[in-house]
Amino acid sequence: MNIEMTVNGKKVKADTSPALLLSDFLRENLNLTGTHVGCDTSQCGACVVHIDGLSMKSCTLLALSVDGKSVTTIEGLAKGANADLHPMQLAFHHNHGLQCGFCTPGMIMSAVDFAKQTPNPTESDVRHWLEGNICRCTGYQNIVASVLAGAAAMRTQAGG
Amino acid sequence: MNVHTGIGASILRKEDRRFITGKGNYVADIKRPDMAMAVFLRSPHAHAVIRKIDIKAATALPGVVAIYTGADLAADKIGGLPCAWGVSNADGTPMKEPPRSAMAVDKVRCVGDAVAFVIADTLEQAREAADAIEVEYGVLPAVVGVLDAIRPGAAAVFDDILDNTCFDWECGDAKATAAAFKNAAHVAKISLVNNRLVGNPMEPRAAVAEYDAGRDHYTMWTTSQFPHVVKVLMGNFVLNIPQHKLRIVAPDVGGGFGVKQFLYAEEIITTWASRKVGRPVKWVNERSEGFLSDAHGRDHVSEAELALDETGKFLGLKVRTVANMGGYLSTFGPNIPTNLYGLLLAGVYTTPAIHCEVKGVFTNTVPVDAYRGAGRPEATFLLERLVDVAASEMKIDKAEIRRMNMIDASQYPYQTPVIVKYDSGDPKACLEKALEVSDWNGFAGRKADSKSRGKLRGIGLCTYVEACGLAPSRIVQSLGARAGIFESATVRVHVTGDVTVLIGTHNHGQGHETTFAQIVSEKLSIPTDKIEIVFGDTDRVQFGLGTYGSRSLAVGGTALAKATDKIIAKGTKIAAHMLEAGEGDIVFENGSFAVQGTDRSKSFGEVVGAAYGLVNFPIDVLEPGMEAQAFYDPVNFTYPGGAHIAEVEIDPDCGSVDLVSYVAVDDIGTVINPMIVAGQLHGGIAQGVGQALFENCVYDETSGQMLSASFMDYCMPRADNMPNMEIVTLSTLCTHTSFGVKGCGEVGTIGSPATVINAVVDALSHLGVSHVDMPATPSRIWRIIHNSANQLRAAE
Repeated sequence: MNIEMTVNGKKVKADTSPALLLSDFLRENLNLTGTHVGCDTSQCGACVVHIDGLSMKSCTLLALSVDGKSVTTIEGLAKGANADLHPMQLAFHHNHGLQCGFCTPGMIMSAVDFAKQTPNPTESDVRHWLEGNICRCTGYQNIVASVLAGAAAMRTQAGG
Repeated sequence: MNVHTGIGASILRKEDRRFITGKGNYVADIKRPDMAMAVFLRSPHAHAVIRKIDIKAATALPGVVAIYTGADLAADKIGGLPCAWGVSNADGTPMKEPPRSAMAVDKVRCVGDAVAFVIADTLEQAREAADAIEVEYGVLPAVVGVLDAIRPGAAAVFDDILDNTCFDWECGDAKATAAAFKNAAHVAKISLVNNRLVGNPMEPRAAVAEYDAGRDHYTMWTTSQFPHVVKVLMGNFVLNIPQHKLRIVAPDVGGGFGVKQFLYAEEIITTWASRKVGRPVKWVNERSEGFLSDAHGRDHVSEAELALDETGKFLGLKVRTVANMGGYLSTFGPNIPTNLYGLLLAGVYTTPAIHCEVKGVFTNTVPVDAYRGAGRPEATFLLERLVDVAASEMKIDKAEIRRMNMIDASQYPYQTPVIVKYDSGDPKACLEKALEVSDWNGFAGRKADSKSRGKLRGIGLCTYVEACGLAPSRIVQSLGARAGIFESATVRVHVTGDVTVLIGTHNHGQGHETTFAQIVSEKLSIPTDKIEIVFGDTDRVQFGLGTYGSRSLAVGGTALAKATDKIIAKGTKIAAHMLEAGEGDIVFENGSFAVQGTDRSKSFGEVVGAAYGLVNFPIDVLEPGMEAQAFYDPVNFTYPGGAHIAEVEIDPDCGSVDLVSYVAVDDIGTVINPMIVAGQLHGGIAQGVGQALFENCVYDETSGQMLSASFMDYCMPRADNMPNMEIVTLSTLCTHTSFGVKGCGEVGTIGSPATVINAVVDALSHLGVSHVDMPATPSRIWRIIHNSANQLRAAE
């Protein structure tokens, strides 16, 4: 099947199997291996990407189902000529919000969407939102701190 | 140097950038030219004879490259998986050690046992072919629980081990303990289960293997915590590949927790098959397969008794444990419920007599081995639950009973009655600090507040000591280790003075690229951005034993410090020549070699320049260059310890347990990077909280089917299950590591299960509850509350 989408700002066309998952399409066809697969049941969230700006689990989406849409992966988050890190990426770095790094791309992509929808979140808001992302390393404490800091930085950046 | 990047600095992690930008390099990300994809066909039965495997139809499917079974391995004379640790029975005879083939040959012994390896051009084709393989099984009765396995007449996992017993191990002094119980004013008893866990690092296990026929050389990329050990075990004992013909690379690894510190059958088969098919082969576990093939943790059933005098002083401790080994012996399996468990049963107490018996049992389940804490959480859970039971029965305050039995700081080094000798510690200081930080004395007010909201509040306290920094080779070899467990590090100083460190430990989240750079920064006074830490590649790092048992900093860090000292020693010789001074007059301070008492000095960079440029260099007596390697074997384990306090609120209507606060006070020796240490504690505590409240690996007792083989069924802790934890570190110095470090990777997981369950039991103590098995799920708690209510009603 022929599909066409925008991935990290670039037009992508491919002839793929209708059964191909979006996570496999990104990882295998486009070599965007920052999107990870940590479970088979849509529980862990390591595969979260943005589809038209909304966070979604790419391991349970068919590549075909995002035909014509715009996909952003962790590789597309840093912008500009110097690939300036997104405030949420910086917040994870500054708050030690990652250890082994495997859940991190999904966490960051999920957090960016969250902070857009909830510009001024409470700690409880963050913990509730992150239910769909499992981390085995951090006990979540520094991830929560990262998301709060990242949301604040996004607010500032947006001039809020 | 303007910014301090040495010891004690919470500098941000050097390794972060690649992970936050999606540029990490995990095994599943690796692609090789002409690479084929592989899957395993795994047994759906817990116990069965394999009558026939028919691969004919599957082999004919499109894209199939090859299908191999256990018979193919046997035909190639591929050896079995070695066990690296043998323990002895109490009578001195060795444990039973049945052979373990990398793929089942005539019998499967657990659901998930590999029976065929299918290689195809694409993953989809490999999966389709695996579905088309016809295996005829003769299903046998299965044994799952340890107590069922040792019942007379139970099905035998191995035909020649009719009682399913791997070993009957003991430690301590049975006679002295029996005498202590005779003199007891009170004996507290407990029976408990330490539930089976699955480690579940977020990155599933994977391997990519490539055989280079031109060089007769193998490379395997694997999700391993100890690539050099994989190289030795697999090359030497299984595949008969000479060490210089085999390269193992463990690149970025997405969490380990012990799960990735064993030699796995999948690594062996992928490597072997890459030569058979003449193409690179890639295999990546699915999560549910991980549940069925990653080695599991814990799974004990225990009974214990504590003898006390009339004041509450501990006189003796008796422990009887039956531990599940699973269907085969994993790499370190027998060591975990024996040496890493029995030897920790003194805890932080002066109990003079201890006797512990452990029976290791084969069952039709996935093999059990080390999982974060490995033996020490089990010992701590048993001891600290028993101490709480004793305190309740004797009506002694739970802090006071611990305080009065604790080893005093002045008693270190302290010889326990169970082999190990603690070199340093101050358990009373940890306890008092934890009581203070948690506002132990203000609990009654918080309990009343919870009650006013209809909630039951409980407070739990746990003190612990652990033995880590694996390992003093002489000691562990006397306990059954079949190799030394030292560490090595090389410091390579480049012409420019920048440094590459090559170290045999493995970083999979612990922040080594930062912490180890801080050690070099501290010693050489160069900033950490001029220091690169290399690990995980047997072609780059000469040798090493890997990362587990909270050993990396205590053992690897000490090797690194010693290698750096050799650089300074050589630099001192060069500087003495350059400055025309005696070697004994040179001091190295703040990055300069100076003639003591003068203003004459040479910078580190100038000295390194001389070592490579050979201008003004003592070439007659010194070799050129600047590189040093050190091997370090510790003289003892390290003994971190601490006190943790948690509070829970239980909703009596639905049985849910809310962990509302957690305070951890840990003595982990010198702290190199407080930010990273706090992160290790947070994660470790969350894993222990997971065991206490959520996680449980459940098998159907009759069929041996795993009922919890996905994240839908196995409850991992999530962000909204955890409170913000308060982490406090105290430091007594280890007497034998560089800087006095002890290790912090496992302490959180060791202290937290007992802490949380003690709080849960405290919340339910008004119902006469003295123990709750893990995990304390809502259904379990609801039943306890409502059964108690029914009993109360019946009594009225």
